[in-house]
Amino acid sequence: MQNILSYVLFSPLVGIVLLFFINKEKQIWIKAIGIATSVVTFALSLLVYFAFDAANTQLQFVEQLPWISGLDISYFVGVDGFSILLVVLTTFLTPLALIASWESITDRLKEYVVFMLLLEVGMLGVFLAFDLFLFYVFWEAMLIPMYFIIGIWGGKDKIYAAVKFFIYTMAGSLLMLIAILWLGYYASTLPGGYFTTNLQKLYAIAPSIPMNIQIWMFLAFALSFAIKVPLFPFHTWLPDAHVQAPTAGSVILAGVLLKMGTYGLIRFCLPLFPQASFQFTPLMAVLSVIGIIYGALVAMVQTDIKKLVAYSSVSHMGFIVLGIFSMTEEGMQGAIIQMVNHGLSTGALFLLVGMIYDRRHTREISNFGGLARTVPIFSTIFMIVTFSSIGLPGLNGFVGEFLILLGSFGSQFLNSPVYTAFAATGVVFSAVYMLWMCQRVFFGKVTHAENESLIDLGKREIGLLLPVLLFIVWIGVYPSTFMRQTAPQSKKIVIQMQNAKSGVTQMPGLSAK
Amino acid sequence: MYSLAPLIVLFPLIGFLFNGLLGRKLKNEALVGGIGTFAVFASFAVALGIFFEMISLPVGERSKTITVFQWIAAGSFSANVAYQVDQLSILMTLIVTGVGSLIHLYSIGYMHGDKGYWRFFTYLNLFIFAMLNLVLADNYLLMFLGWEGVGLCSYLLIGFWYDRNFEKGTTGDAAKKAFIVNRIGDFGFLLGMFLIYVTFGSLNYETVFSQAALFEKGNSVIMWMTLFMFIGATGKSAQIPLYVWLPDAMAGPTPVSALIHAATMVTAGIYMVARSSILYALAPTTMEIVAIIGLATAFFAGTIGLVQNDIKKVLAYSTVSQLGYMFLGCGVGAFASGIFHVMTHAFFKALLFLGSGAVIHAMHDEQDIQKMGGLKKYMPTTYKTFFIGALAISGIPFLSGFFSKDEILWKAFADGSPILWIVGALTAGLTAFYMFRLVSLTFEGNERFDHHHVHPHEAPKTMLYPLIVLAVLSVVGGFVGIPHVLGGPIGIHNYFEGFLDPVFERANEKMALPMHDDPSLEYLLMAVSVAIAATSIYFARKVYLEKKEIAERWASKFSGTYKLLYNKYFVDEAYDAVVVNSIKQTSDKFLWKIFDVNIIDNTLNVSSKFVAATADIFRRIQTGVVQSYAVVFVAGILFVLGWLMIR
Repeated sequence: MQNILSYVLFSPLVGIVLLFFINKEKQIWIKAIGIATSVVTFALSLLVYFAFDAANTQLQFVEQLPWISGLDISYFVGVDGFSILLVVLTTFLTPLALIASWESITDRLKEYVVFMLLLEVGMLGVFLAFDLFLFYVFWEAMLIPMYFIIGIWGGKDKIYAAVKFFIYTMAGSLLMLIAILWLGYYASTLPGGYFTTNLQKLYAIAPSIPMNIQIWMFLAFALSFAIKVPLFPFHTWLPDAHVQAPTAGSVILAGVLLKMGTYGLIRFCLPLFPQASFQFTPLMAVLSVIGIIYGALVAMVQTDIKKLVAYSSVSHMGFIVLGIFSMTEEGMQGAIIQMVNHGLSTGALFLLVGMIYDRRHTREISNFGGLARTVPIFSTIFMIVTFSSIGLPGLNGFVGEFLILLGSFGSQFLNSPVYTAFAATGVVFSAVYMLWMCQRVFFGKVTHAENESLIDLGKREIGLLLPVLLFIVWIGVYPSTFMRQTAPQSKKIVIQMQNAKSGVTQMPGLSAK
Repeated sequence: MYSLAPLIVLFPLIGFLFNGLLGRKLKNEALVGGIGTFAVFASFAVALGIFFEMISLPVGERSKTITVFQWIAAGSFSANVAYQVDQLSILMTLIVTGVGSLIHLYSIGYMHGDKGYWRFFTYLNLFIFAMLNLVLADNYLLMFLGWEGVGLCSYLLIGFWYDRNFEKGTTGDAAKKAFIVNRIGDFGFLLGMFLIYVTFGSLNYETVFSQAALFEKGNSVIMWMTLFMFIGATGKSAQIPLYVWLPDAMAGPTPVSALIHAATMVTAGIYMVARSSILYALAPTTMEIVAIIGLATAFFAGTIGLVQNDIKKVLAYSTVSQLGYMFLGCGVGAFASGIFHVMTHAFFKALLFLGSGAVIHAMHDEQDIQKMGGLKKYMPTTYKTFFIGALAISGIPFLSGFFSKDEILWKAFADGSPILWIVGALTAGLTAFYMFRLVSLTFEGNERFDHHHVHPHEAPKTMLYPLIVLAVLSVVGGFVGIPHVLGGPIGIHNYFEGFLDPVFERANEKMALPMHDDPSLEYLLMAVSVAIAATSIYFARKVYLEKKEIAERWASKFSGTYKLLYNKYFVDEAYDAVVVNSIKQTSDKFLWKIFDVNIIDNTLNVSSKFVAATADIFRRIQTGVVQSYAVVFVAGILFVLGWLMIR
C-alpha cells in the first residue's frame, strides 16, 4: 500500500504512454486501452477506499517528496474524509464517460482518449494535493484537456464555449495564485518563519492573519471556487460549456469539475480563513439561495434538455454551498454526500440526454413526446434518475438535500431559518422543471413520426447506467456506507469553526522545516 | 407477532420488485395480478395477527417499536427505519391492507387486457409499501418517506394511461399537477420537521411527544410547527387551498381513485395530525385553523359536487368534502372521531368508487351521468351495493357513516361552537343530495344512452366480490364505535374510542375538554341532522326521477351560480393566471432572456471585449520598428534627467 496514492494519481499516464504506440486507425484498441486504464485506476482507488480508516481524521496514505526545497514546496499528497468520496467518484465516472463515447466519438479518437486520461490525472491531483502550489498546478492543468475536449469534439459553438470556459475559470484562479503566494510569504514573516505552501502548516498559522488581509485572501480563493461551482452570478459559462461539450465532457464537467469548487471551499476557505468566512457567511448564503431558486426558474423555461439540466446544476450546487456555510455537522455531511449525489444523478442525466441525442440529433423538448411508449426502458431509467435529482426520499438526492436544509435551519452561523425557508422552495421548483420536461418528452401521444422508430437502449447503454442506478438506490436507502467516512472529518471542522467563533484559537506557530 | 411487523412492509416491496423486474417479460396476467394481490393480502394477515395479539395484551403493553436499521445519521441527528406498532398504526395498517387487498382483487378484473397490466400492479404494490411506511413509521422522517412515496405512486398512477387525453390536457398534466401541489404541501412538512428537530433535538415520535408534554399550551414555536405540518396535510389530504389536484386525479384508472384518492393516501394528513395530537393540543390557534379549514372545505366541495356530471368527479368532490369533516373532528380535539370517520369513509368510499368503476366498465368508458340512467336493470348487484354506499355516506341511521359523522358533528357542537355544527349539518344535507342525484341519474329513471353502441352488463365476479364485502362493511362497520349516548343506556361501550384512547392520552390531558352530558340535546341534534339528510334524499329523488324540469329551471334561473359551481369557482383558472403563468412568464421573458443572457452574460462578454479593445490600443506601441523604440528610449532618458534636475 505504499505510494498507493501516486499509483492512483498517475496510473492514467500509463495508458497515455501505451497509446503512443498504437496506430490511430486501430480504434478498438484505443478505446480498450482507455477504458482498461481508467478501470485499473478505479480499482486502485477502491483499494484506497477500503483501506481508508474512517474513524481517523488524520491525513492518510501521505506521500511527501521535496520539490522546490528552498521554498518548502513539495509533492505532498494524502486523503482524508473530505476527499475520499470525491476521489472514488472521479475514478468511477471516468470509465463511464469513456464507455459512453464508444460510438459517438470517432474523429481523432486517440487524442480524445489521451485528453480524457489527462483530465482524470488533473482532477485526482486537485483532490489529493496537500500542498497549495501542487494543488494550483493540478487546478490549472486540468483546464487544458477540458478546453480541448469542448473545443474539438463539441457542438456548433464549441470554440466560443471552450474559450469562455477557459478564460473565465482562469481569471478567477489567477487571484488565487496571488493569494497562495502571499500566504507562503506570510509564513516567512513570522518569527522563525520561512516560505511554505504546505497546507498542513498553513492551517496552523493562517487563521491568525489580521482580519483586513484575511478578507482579501478569502475573496481571492472564494472567487475562483465560486466560478467553478458555479455560484450565482458566476454561472453563465456553465450552460454554454454543457450544451457544446460532448456527452462525456458534460458528465465529467457536472460530475467532478463543479465539485472542485465546493471542495475548495471546505478544504481551504473555511479552515484557512475562519474569521473572514464568518464575515462572508450571509453573502454566500444569499448567493446560494438565489442560485437555488434562480437556477430552477431559468431551468424551467429552457427548450433544450441539456441546457435545462445545466441550469438545474446551478440550483443543486446552491444547496451544497448553503450546506457548507451552515457549518453544522448535518449541513457539512449533507453537502459532501450531495456532491456525490449530484455527480451521480446529473452525470446519469447527461448520459441519458447523450443517448437520445445520438439517436435523434436533437435535444429540443418540443421535438419529443410520447417516448414512454416507443422507448420504455430509456424512459423508465430517465424517470428514476429524475426522481433522484428532485430528492425523492429513498433515493440518494433526498439524503443530501434533507441534511443540508436540516443543518442550515438551526445553524448558529447562518443564524436565521429564513435562508432555509427560501432554499426549501427549491424542492417544489425542482419538481416543476423536471416533471414538466418529462411530461413533454415522455408522455402524451407521439407527435413526431421520427420518434416512432426510435430504438430502445442497448446492452452497453443499460450496462453503463446500471451501476449509477445501483448507487442512486444504495445511497438513498443506506447512506451510512458512504457517510461513515465523512462524519469524523465534518465534526472536526465544525468544532474548529465553533472554536474560532468563540475566540479559542491556537497560537500561531510554524513547525520546524 | 409484533416482531413480524417489518414483514407487513416487506411483502408489498417484494411484490413491487417481482412485478417491476419480471412482469414485463412474464406476460401472464394471472401470475402478475395474483402475486400483487397476494402480497397485500399477506400483509393484511400479519397485521390481523398482530391486532389480535394486541387486544389480548394489557393496555399499557400494546405499543412496541421494532427497529430494522439506522437510515440517516449525521451529527446529533439520527433517524431509523423503525416501525411503531400501536393502536393507531395497526388500525391504519388494517384499513390500508384490508381495503387495499380488496381493490387489488377488483383490479385483476378491471385491468384485464390492459397493455400496462404488470405496470399497474407494480405501482399499486409500491403504493401500499409507501403507505405502510407512512402509518407504521416511528419517526417523522420515515413518515415523510411514505408521505412522498405515496405522492410518487399517485403521480405514476394518475398518469398511468400516459397517452390519453384528459379534459383540456393529458393525463400527464393531471399527474404533474398532483405531484407539484403535493410538493408544495411537503415544503410545509419539511419546515415543520426542521422546527421539530431544533426544538426537541429529534424526529422520533416518542422523544418528541414526551418532551412536548412538558410545554405550556399556546407556545408559539409549537404553533408554527403544527401550522407548517398542517400545510403538508392540506396538500396530501386535499384541503383548501391545495385541494385542486384531487378532482384531476380521476384521470387515473378507477381502482386507483378508490384506493389512493379515496380510501388511503388522502387520509395521510388526518393520520399525521392525529399522530401529532399532543403537538396540536398545545396549539389552540392551529386547532381552530384546522377546524375552520376542514369545515370550509367540506362545505365548499359539497356545493361543487351538486352540479358535476362526471360520475367520478362527483365522488372526488365528495371525498374532498368528507376529508374536511375529518379535519373538523381533529380541529375540535376529537381525534378518535376523525380516525373513526377515516375508517368508515374507507369502506363506503372505496365501495362507491369501485361501483362507479363497474359502471364505467359497463358503459364502455362513458363517465357522464347525463348519458346513463336505468342501469339498475342491467347491473343489479352494483346498483344495490352502490345504493348502500350512498346511504352510508349520507349518514342514514345505523349505517357506518351515521356513527362517525354524527360523532364529529356532536363534538363540533359541544367542544367547538354551534356555528360549526350548523355548517356541518348543512353539508351533510348537500352530501345526501348530490349522492342521490348521482344514484338517480345513473341507475334509475329512463335510459339515456345509445343502445346501439352501449350494452351495459354486470361486472365479473372478481369485481363484484369486493363490492359485496365493502357493502357489508359499510353497513356494520360503524357498530364498533357506537356513541355513548346511544350505546350507554343499553350497556354498549364505544369500543373504537376506548381502543384508541391511550394514543391520545397526552393530548386529551392537555386539552382537558369538559365532559358534556346532555343526552337530550345530543338526541335532538342527531335527529335534526338525520332529518336534513333524509329530506335531501327525498328531494334529490323527487327532482331527478320525477320533476327533472325543476333541475333545469333552477339551473337557468340561477345560471350565474350554476356556472360558478360547475366551473368549481374558477379556482384552477385563478391559480393558473395568478401563480403559474406569472412565474412562467417572468422566468422566461425576464429572468432568462433579459437578466441571464443580456445582463449577466453580456457584462461578461462586454468586459472581455473591453480587454481586447484595450489590448488592441497597446498592441500598436509594439510596432517592431527599431527607430521608434529609440525615440521613446531617448525621450525617456531626457524626461528622467529633466525631472532629477528640477527636483
